[in-house]
Amino acid sequence: MTRVPLEGKVLNENDRLAADLRLGFQRHGTRCVNLISSPGSGKTMLLERTLASFEPGRRVAVLTGDIQTDNDAQRLARYGFPVRQITTGGACHLDARMVSTALAEWNPEEIDLLLIENVGNLVCPTSYDLGEEARVVLLSVTEGEDKPLKYPATFNRADLVLLTKLDLLPYVPFKMELAREFILRVQPHARILEVSCTTGLGLDTWRQWLDAAAALPQPA
Amino acid sequence: MHEMSIAGSMLEAVRAESARHNARVLALGLKIGELSGVDSESLRFCFDALVTGTDLAPLSLQIEHLPWRHRCLPCDRDFVVLDYRTECPLCGSPNTELAGGKELEFAYMEIEET
Repeated sequence: MTRVPLEGKVLNENDRLAADLRLGFQRHGTRCVNLISSPGSGKTMLLERTLASFEPGRRVAVLTGDIQTDNDAQRLARYGFPVRQITTGGACHLDARMVSTALAEWNPEEIDLLLIENVGNLVCPTSYDLGEEARVVLLSVTEGEDKPLKYPATFNRADLVLLTKLDLLPYVPFKMELAREFILRVQPHARILEVSCTTGLGLDTWRQWLDAAAALPQPA
Repeated sequence: MHEMSIAGSMLEAVRAESARHNARVLALGLKIGELSGVDSESLRFCFDALVTGTDLAPLSLQIEHLPWRHRCLPCDRDFVVLDYRTECPLCGSPNTELAGGKELEFAYMEIEET
């Protein structure tokens, strides 16, 4: 028996496809944001409010991932921007190949901002690079404020953490300061924003972040 | 349960390497970091489920766990992050950066010439 070294990442194929996607996005001036959260944290609602805030003609597109149904795509299509549902048929995350396939029928030059709503899951999407420029993790106040400590891998990769459903704060025992402390413990550089899609709290700042993310200098 | 698709990717690599070395693979060594987002027990379960009853069996999976590490920029030293504490244990500086823990990498294979 011989032991031979074996190098390389296990998700090498996904990373390769994600690198291709990233290169394509950069070439076409498309900024891609990957939204991750547990089911029911408000990703779709946030996207609805976000799309509603864009002026018609703004070159925004959405890919939305779910295990089954195209309910989210139907909800999002009302706003007049291109939306495509990715139904994973059981897979608990989106991978770079699914994104690549879903994008094939669109002209990438016509998209300035691509919003990807990942499958609702705080674990599995973490390991899969989709070629995004920024990763946003949502945490709603109806969840435990210790989620960042329970899922450090996910929060560690977040560029921005959105605390959502702030309008429900009076009715739940969620401790905001603790949540912020836990987020910063697993990702000291994370930006944190508080939003409510019901009252509109924080949505302007979120839009500003999105616009700023869409204006970030591109890496060489 | 993304461990099933990860286990599938690992077996693709095993088949490719097996063909390349013209050898039977007896064991696969893997490095899994604390921040990889992969649960090694469910990975092992999926791996065994995919291997059982195929021409790859018996094939063992040997996992090395790697800790979450940060590097202190002022001290230029690595340290293991314990209890989510990312500040430097030596000088107390919060000016540290990730130095390890996201690994999901192959390490080695044990093969037998056929």
